[in-house]
Amino acid sequence: MTPVLTYPRTTRGPVAAWRRFVAVLVKEFIQLRRDRVTLISMIFISLVQLLLFGYAINTDPKELRTAVLAQDESVFTRSFLAAMRTTGYFDIRERVASESELDDLILSGAVQFGVQIPSDFGRQLVRGERPALLVIADATDPSATVNAVGALEGIAARAFERDLIGPTAALASTPPPYEIRIHRRYNPVGDTHLNIVPGLMGTILSMTMLIFTALSVTREIERSTMESLLAMPIRPVEIMLGKIAPYVLVGAFQMVLILSAAWLLFDVPIVGSLALLLALTTLFVIANLAVGYTFSTVAENQLQAVQMSFFFFLPNILLSGFMFPFNGMPDWAQWIGETLPMTHYLRIVRGIMLKGADLSHLAIPVGALGLFTLVAMAVAVNRFRQTLD
Amino acid sequence: MRATLPSPAQPIKAAGAFAGDIAIEVSGLTKSFNGRTVVSDLSMEVRRGLIYGFLGPNGSGKTTTIRMLCGLLTPDAGRGTCLGYDILTQSDEIKRHVGYMTQRFSLYEDLSIRENLEFVARIHGLDDPRGAAGDALHRLGLENRAHQLAGELSGGWKQRVALGASILPGPQLLLLDEPTAGVDPKARRDFWDEIHRLAGEGLTVLVSTHYMDEAERCHEIAYIAYGRLLAEGTVSNVVAQSGLETWTVTGIALRQLAETLRGQPGVDMVAPFGSALHVAGRDPALLMRATEAARADERYSWRRDKPTLEDVFIDLMDRGRDNFG
Repeated sequence: MTPVLTYPRTTRGPVAAWRRFVAVLVKEFIQLRRDRVTLISMIFISLVQLLLFGYAINTDPKELRTAVLAQDESVFTRSFLAAMRTTGYFDIRERVASESELDDLILSGAVQFGVQIPSDFGRQLVRGERPALLVIADATDPSATVNAVGALEGIAARAFERDLIGPTAALASTPPPYEIRIHRRYNPVGDTHLNIVPGLMGTILSMTMLIFTALSVTREIERSTMESLLAMPIRPVEIMLGKIAPYVLVGAFQMVLILSAAWLLFDVPIVGSLALLLALTTLFVIANLAVGYTFSTVAENQLQAVQMSFFFFLPNILLSGFMFPFNGMPDWAQWIGETLPMTHYLRIVRGIMLKGADLSHLAIPVGALGLFTLVAMAVAVNRFRQTLD
Repeated sequence: MRATLPSPAQPIKAAGAFAGDIAIEVSGLTKSFNGRTVVSDLSMEVRRGLIYGFLGPNGSGKTTTIRMLCGLLTPDAGRGTCLGYDILTQSDEIKRHVGYMTQRFSLYEDLSIRENLEFVARIHGLDDPRGAAGDALHRLGLENRAHQLAGELSGGWKQRVALGASILPGPQLLLLDEPTAGVDPKARRDFWDEIHRLAGEGLTVLVSTHYMDEAERCHEIAYIAYGRLLAEGTVSNVVAQSGLETWTVTGIALRQLAETLRGQPGVDMVAPFGSALHVAGRDPALLMRATEAARADERYSWRRDKPTLEDVFIDLMDRGRDNFG
């Protein structure tokens, strides 16, 4: 039997604080490694989200369902429809007989485009009266229709090249002998483009980081290990940093995964500095970890912690400019949006990846994100109860 | 670990307590939760190197008291020191020198035994956490199960490992909150052997328990009920101070006898003990009068006896209920 030994040790100062931090860090790492379900879900969630969103949210969709109301059965009508098909954007599925039928199809979402060719379109065209063709676009999702509309304008000039021969050949010159009136329904101002995949970085990182740290303190309380941890000589800030640090690495791993997929699968460019992007993404990861940890100190059980995370996650998705164009939101929504880390991160990530912005351009969002992180950490450390009172 | 039966430990005789000789000294400790007083005006003193038993029914305030001693709860009133450090202001220091084993299993079940021990060693800033964990494993006799997850251990081993973890940083005082609840008798005995060995090495141990045999293994005990300290001292002192006159009755139809005697003036306690009945009262004269008829009954044989510790506690609890309950 060996007697109780007194080992050489350091109990005060930065070395001791570092050792305590490492103690928690190592423990959290082992627990994370052993918790296969969590680990796999972290990698899996990010991949599935990326693939689902990335492919489902196609920024350049083709073969959009189209209905035609042809009130003029001239050669020009056939040529125009043929030209629409060749762009690849339009899948002409229906021929309708009245305007109200056309309206119904668009309203119900059965088609995204309606083309109305007025009754004496061919005759007016030949007479050089520049008749109007009406194209109705369902613009509820602007990114879904914007390219198709662009393609329409492209075909305007060339559609009738072969039909306008002989005496009407003069009409084939620019400007085109007719006019396409595009009527964007439901959302007249179309914005957003290419934003989706960079925005997904924010969404995926935010969700996984939030939830997994939100559980970290409540889990210790539920498993009754907290009492013992509190009875040991360790400070709240050391516990927090030790618990957050492993997830910074997990976040870095997810970040590399998403960026590779964005580049390989979706051809999203990184115009700006990759190093800057990585550094600022890490800041965003820490901001979310700090929020998750704060929830963890407030929630009474793991279920509550998850609920709080979702409560925070939703406005981050809805009001940050990820889901809807930020400038299209009402003022009050923009004010809320400005307080969310995701809003600033989206500006950073879009700025760097798409526009090639550098740090000097991003001073405001970076400052906001940094401030947010500090405040969240301060709240977390303050909220952390060092006693069981 | 050897499974030898330790000799009943002798209290360390302290001639004139001086400050360095006292491990715990508190007075007037009071704590209430949501208006319900859990610990009320509790004062106690524990000398260094002693095993101090903390007894009392469930909800009597034992855990709350222990938590106040190690800085996990702030008392509403009262003051005190633990290892010379103020429990109100120096809980950081107390945490460095006190090992606390909680009532519920406090190790990380998804960490191996070795990883748990290394975690504790690192928290305490040890220079060589791996070495210290290795020593603790050796001490526990668990070298070949070092990589087993703590959650997979049996109840008895869990408690042994938890004890090993709390003594690893070399504390001067151990607070054990019902460490042997739900543990089988052999494992309980081994556990107590270890506690006695630690006390022999100079550690002070405060241990709460429900088991009477464990209480009798303590150098000193305190009985607490309804948040109040009702009796304190060595086991023989506590028994002697109780002033209980106890009779052991054997014979047939003891159940009937118990029914007849219970509640009679002068009969403070009637409790069956195996094939015998314990009858006790604080006033010998009253007790004799109340049992006169029964003692004359030929079916029973009456023998005057020393009260057991359990008799004393049950009596203390009843009296406590009358006064504070």
